[in-house]
Amino acid sequence: MNEQVDGSSPPFGAADTVCPAVGAALQPTLDELSRPGRRASRIPHPPADALAGIPADQLRALPPALPEVDEPETVRHFVNLSHLNYAVDTGFYPLGSCTMKWNPKINEWAARLPGFADLHPLVPDALAQGTLELLWDLERWLCEISGMRAVTLQPAAGAQGELTGILMVRAYHRSRGDTERSEIIVPDSSHGTNPATASMAGYRTITVRSDARGGVDLDALRAVLGPRTAALMLTNPSTLGLFEERVCEIVDAVHEAGGLAYMDGANMNAILGKFRPGDAGFDVMHVNVHKTFSTPHGGGGPGAGPVAVGEKLLPFLPSPRVLRGDDGTFRLERPGERPASIGRVRSYVGSTGVLVRAYAYLLAHGGSGLEEVSEDAVLAANYLRHRLRGTYEIPYDRVCKHEFVASAANLKREAGVRTLDVAKRLIDHGHHPPTIYFPLIVEEALLIEPTETESLETLDDFAGAMEAIAAEAHVNPEALHSAPHTAPVRRLDEATAARQPDLHWRPMTGAQMPCLD
Amino acid sequence: MDVRDGLLYTDEHEWLRVEGDTATVGITAYAADQLGDVVFVELPALGRSLRRAEAFGVVESVKAVSDLFAPVDGEVVEVNQALVGKPELLNSDPYGEGWIARVRLAEPASDGEGLKDADAYRRMIGA
Repeated sequence: MNEQVDGSSPPFGAADTVCPAVGAALQPTLDELSRPGRRASRIPHPPADALAGIPADQLRALPPALPEVDEPETVRHFVNLSHLNYAVDTGFYPLGSCTMKWNPKINEWAARLPGFADLHPLVPDALAQGTLELLWDLERWLCEISGMRAVTLQPAAGAQGELTGILMVRAYHRSRGDTERSEIIVPDSSHGTNPATASMAGYRTITVRSDARGGVDLDALRAVLGPRTAALMLTNPSTLGLFEERVCEIVDAVHEAGGLAYMDGANMNAILGKFRPGDAGFDVMHVNVHKTFSTPHGGGGPGAGPVAVGEKLLPFLPSPRVLRGDDGTFRLERPGERPASIGRVRSYVGSTGVLVRAYAYLLAHGGSGLEEVSEDAVLAANYLRHRLRGTYEIPYDRVCKHEFVASAANLKREAGVRTLDVAKRLIDHGHHPPTIYFPLIVEEALLIEPTETESLETLDDFAGAMEAIAAEAHVNPEALHSAPHTAPVRRLDEATAARQPDLHWRPMTGAQMPCLD
Repeated sequence: MDVRDGLLYTDEHEWLRVEGDTATVGITAYAADQLGDVVFVELPALGRSLRRAEAFGVVESVKAVSDLFAPVDGEVVEVNQALVGKPELLNSDPYGEGWIARVRLAEPASDGEGLKDADAYRRMIGA
């Protein structure tokens, strides 16, 4: 990467603001720390006959060219790196469309219970009753929340959930001999994964524009609906943070054309207990447990993107499903038991560790608690929208859901400062920047999602920083152009890094390291 | 914002310079400004026949990846290979060295058919 590392004191350090605790310098790589012969531990040499069964041409001639480091420097390397991290555990993270809410630590306790954590995925059903019951309960709860008939917990992420949903849509049309449906309709305010999913599943993507109020333009939608329509994929609330005011009309129009209605549930955090997509007629949707149900974003291994379906898609759900017998015991569906299934989309039953965390969250909140989650998330977003109105442009200035779009187009016109500069300057104020330049239909966009887990003081501090930056843009724009000043690295030259990538690699085996034994 | 007289423009912020039966195609200064620093351009294959409004290339910037849409029906007769090594030409000289492709027109191009003259394009972007 092309970067300017500057250990000297910052020329434009943000006064009286809190900066995240970061080291003064970047960490050397493990390869740079490597010294010949240095070891953290000594692995016993295998007995001679252990290697005898391996074909000679499969045996390694040289040891792998791994970094040679001892335990203290390895641990310090990773701990020091972790200090450079910014996370919800260190500060405010209003990254729009990502729902970076607090991840309650009780979730971690639950997921680490040995009965869940140590269970081998291949144990017989009789020995996995607790986990199977948890998954079965979680499916029922997600049905209740979504208003759908059934849920698969298999998909490893929201994007895989989308593909799973659309593969079921395809199976549905094919099962009816309806093979002419080759198009999926996606509004221009949708998540980028929606058109990507449509393409992955072999469909042509048709984009429909938003109307002046930020909703789907119904006339434009009706104009593209027809016998080729397989489905509409609707993100609701949209990436503008707006609820589709005519959602029922939209779903009805799709159904009249013979298509199915898919709801991208990535923004469920705004509507828990308030709106059930199944009640509005949606046929299929996914939820992102790492957004709505407080499982970690990354870090904890694979994610989970459960998919809920209505009546029409029940036969096509991935297998194996978790079934409950009349005697109250649980078992997994056997191969071939439900021939119409689209089959497995992931090994075993899903990312169980992540699903235990979501279960713990749901159990801790209960129905009324979840409703309060959405109310507070919407309140926090509207509070910030009011605070920033007048300082930044608010292109769709009506009551928003869990997030809203601001624009720095006014600063660009008046002071030559762009959204990117504002975002980088926020780092100096100790906040993670919001999502920028998305959604694409808003110029100089800042997509701000505070979530329900932040205090009023934190929201005020963030709003104060945004106001201070806007004021600074007019008197000292250079401080913004060259921000950040207090981060471990200064402004990265992303364009040069992408145009002329400076990549290094080392072969996985090499002659530089002699075999110790 | 720089909008050149004598060129034709599309709603997708592309320009078209018609010379005889061929047209040179590029993106407008407004588009380049909106995209930010361009880091990669995917050019159409030589000889490819284009239908108006179909995607025929890709422009990737630090902000977004955008399709290029064919402004007219025709055949690609030349592409700007300089963009492969220097995609930044789209930002520095969008109407000159940053041209993208030359197309042999299937039929004469004029305003109408989704094409605008400079004044109409200026009105569209509020310039």
